[in-house]
Amino acid sequence: MTHPPTKSAAPPGAGTALPAQRTGSPAPEAAPPRRRSAFAEGVEQVRAAATTEPGRLRIIGAVLAVLIVAFGAVTAWQMTDRAAAADDVLHRSQPLSSGAADIYRSLADANTTASSGFLAGGQETAASRTRYETDVQTAAAKLVTAAANSEPGSPSEAAVAKLNKLLPEYEGLVERARVYNRQGYPVGGAYLRYANEKMQQEMLPAAEDLYTKENARLASDYSDATPYPWAAIVLGLLALAALAWAQLRHYRRTNRLLNHGLVAASAATVVTLLWLVVGHTVARSGLDGSYDHGVRSLNVLHDARIASLKARGNENLSLVARGAETVTVGGQTYDAYYYDFDKDMTALGKGLTEAAALAHGTAGGKPVVAAEGNMKVWKERHTAARTEDENGDYQAALDKVIGTKDATAECFDSVDTNLKSALAYEETEFKEQATDGRNAMSGLPIGAAMLGVAAASGALFGIGRRLSEYR
Amino acid sequence: MFVRRMRASLRGWGGVGAMAVGCALALAFVLLLPLTQSRGEGGRGEGLGGPGLATGSPAKADDCTDSQAQNETWSPSGADGSTIDAIKARTGAKRKLIVGVDQNSYRWGYRNPNNSDAELEGFDIDLVHRIAQDILGDPNAVQFKAIPTSQRIPAIQDGRVDMVVRTMTINCDRLKDVAFSAPYFKTGQQVLAPKSSSITGYNGTLAHKKICTAAGSTAYAKLDADRKSGKLVASADISTTVPNQLDCLVRLQLGEVDAVVTDGALAASQAAQDPTVELKGAPFTTEYYGVAMKKDATDLVRRVNQILVEYRADGWQASYDKWLSATLGGDSAASKPAAPQYLRSS
Repeated sequence: MTHPPTKSAAPPGAGTALPAQRTGSPAPEAAPPRRRSAFAEGVEQVRAAATTEPGRLRIIGAVLAVLIVAFGAVTAWQMTDRAAAADDVLHRSQPLSSGAADIYRSLADANTTASSGFLAGGQETAASRTRYETDVQTAAAKLVTAAANSEPGSPSEAAVAKLNKLLPEYEGLVERARVYNRQGYPVGGAYLRYANEKMQQEMLPAAEDLYTKENARLASDYSDATPYPWAAIVLGLLALAALAWAQLRHYRRTNRLLNHGLVAASAATVVTLLWLVVGHTVARSGLDGSYDHGVRSLNVLHDARIASLKARGNENLSLVARGAETVTVGGQTYDAYYYDFDKDMTALGKGLTEAAALAHGTAGGKPVVAAEGNMKVWKERHTAARTEDENGDYQAALDKVIGTKDATAECFDSVDTNLKSALAYEETEFKEQATDGRNAMSGLPIGAAMLGVAAASGALFGIGRRLSEYR
Repeated sequence: MFVRRMRASLRGWGGVGAMAVGCALALAFVLLLPLTQSRGEGGRGEGLGGPGLATGSPAKADDCTDSQAQNETWSPSGADGSTIDAIKARTGAKRKLIVGVDQNSYRWGYRNPNNSDAELEGFDIDLVHRIAQDILGDPNAVQFKAIPTSQRIPAIQDGRVDMVVRTMTINCDRLKDVAFSAPYFKTGQQVLAPKSSSITGYNGTLAHKKICTAAGSTAYAKLDADRKSGKLVASADISTTVPNQLDCLVRLQLGEVDAVVTDGALAASQAAQDPTVELKGAPFTTEYYGVAMKKDATDLVRRVNQILVEYRADGWQASYDKWLSATLGGDSAASKPAAPQYLRSS
């Protein structure tokens, strides 16, 4: 019974100052012309109410309800945003980024296959024809997906539109080249050169552009999904503090230990806050993991695969062009395609080393190491083929590049297959981690809203019980 | 006392100082003036030397007239010289004649896509094999390098190829950079257009038409000069140039250009690949094809001329019949150049 004396004016005074501002602030919005008087009226009413205990209790109840509801609402809002961004990472931007890489890969591979077909002579093998057809179909299918997901007027839409226009043109040129090749006319080769020019100078840059844009979108979705929801956390702590103070006040005034309503409200708020912090932390670590172990590896692998494709394309084109193109670097003249081939192989080597480091110790590292081995053999065989070519034995060089036995074609295919399985592994890895991350947030918005409503009702109920004692 | 002595000594030193300064100045003049003068003279000397050298070659080229350019070559000789020795000195797999050719000129130098091997074939290629047979004793001792039209002269100048056998017209402009053999073929530029086209030849019907030529070809040079001089209608658009004359057929078929101008021999090859296009009008120039070599490779030029003398007598006609009679007609009289003259003596 030592508590009644502490019934000092200070706590209620402090309590009234806050609601005065809070209840006052909506008033100006409601009636702007009579702002001053309405505000003054509100303050007067609150002041009048604050002089009696039921009035104070009403104010406390209102403040608690507002704080708790605000906490629930902000949590729901912030987590909806983050969950949506995480969902976009998983279901939209990452698949689109991979899709864009596939578009590039398919186009480059189709072009390389077409030029190999030319090197082999008029009668293409069924395998090379199927490969070309598959590539073109893959590119077309992925373009449809990319088109469906690009926002109107965005740069990626422009890139997709450009590719959609150029792909049939390219196919037309290759078909004409085939027809003329079958008839034994060299104009078929001229068509193929024209097709290659279109691919190298217009289509592949557009595909690369699309890939860059989709990757930027992926990065921005990641940065939308991962920041801490500070506003919700601060509001939650405020609500908890207010609830604790209200209960302390209740205990001091009535000497009753528990007010069921307030306890329920506190429990619900604590649960929401914990769910928010733990859920978001788990989600964040899942998403960060999916970036570090999935997206980064995927990007490196995609780049390496593109480098190997470019290298293969240049290897073929050097034989198609037969020394027609040269570049002079540092006073020395090189075959332009061989020069580019060396650059592409360096890029491939770097990419594979980086991918191997990223995938170190995981099952995804195996195919990367295997690809490194394939690349070494490829380099050796290429050197042999180049020597034949430089000695003027074109047929021998050709056999070493597109032949069926011990040719560089085999090495390129192995590199490609290994990179494909490494990509598949990292894709699964990404999906698992990102799904975990997103799932940690799922249910949080609705849960927070429902718990918030429950907590606010609890607070009002608890204060209502106290109020009823004054009637 | 001390001060006065100081002044006196300073005055004394002052005189010495003034003398020293005078000496230094005189020395500087003596040393520096000739230097600046000599520098001025050196500059003028170089300036004089430059034009002197530059006027040397045009003076020689001024003797050249395009109607006689095909005769600007040295008389035949079978003797080896430094260039031939260098080729013969190649060993092992590298013992080959490196020749710049085309792989896109139907029946001249091309790869038949339906052949199982990758060998090039055609009228130019036959001649290359003949030259290799003569110089290295093996018709297949050849490394073929495919060269775009515009790269023929740089490839020879850089030493990337020993010679270019690639439907290359002999003219005075090119003689400034490379040496040519005696002519081995005679043709003239012609217009190629779809059969349904309103174009009738190298005339006013080309107004407002887009014409395609190969970059660095004599056809482009001719069109450009004629348009400037007014011989070709100014509204003709000659801006489309491609790496190879055959690329013009692609542009023509795709409707990107209305007509192609190239040598009649090549235009006929294009027409042979597409029955909907035809040669329009008569040839409007005379062109002689020659084998191009390095400007100072006198021995190689003489040797090729010697080979050509024999080839014209035995081999030329057979090659014509095999590759060109189908597109240019059975009568080779219009294509075989007259007996050559050899106007160059040194």
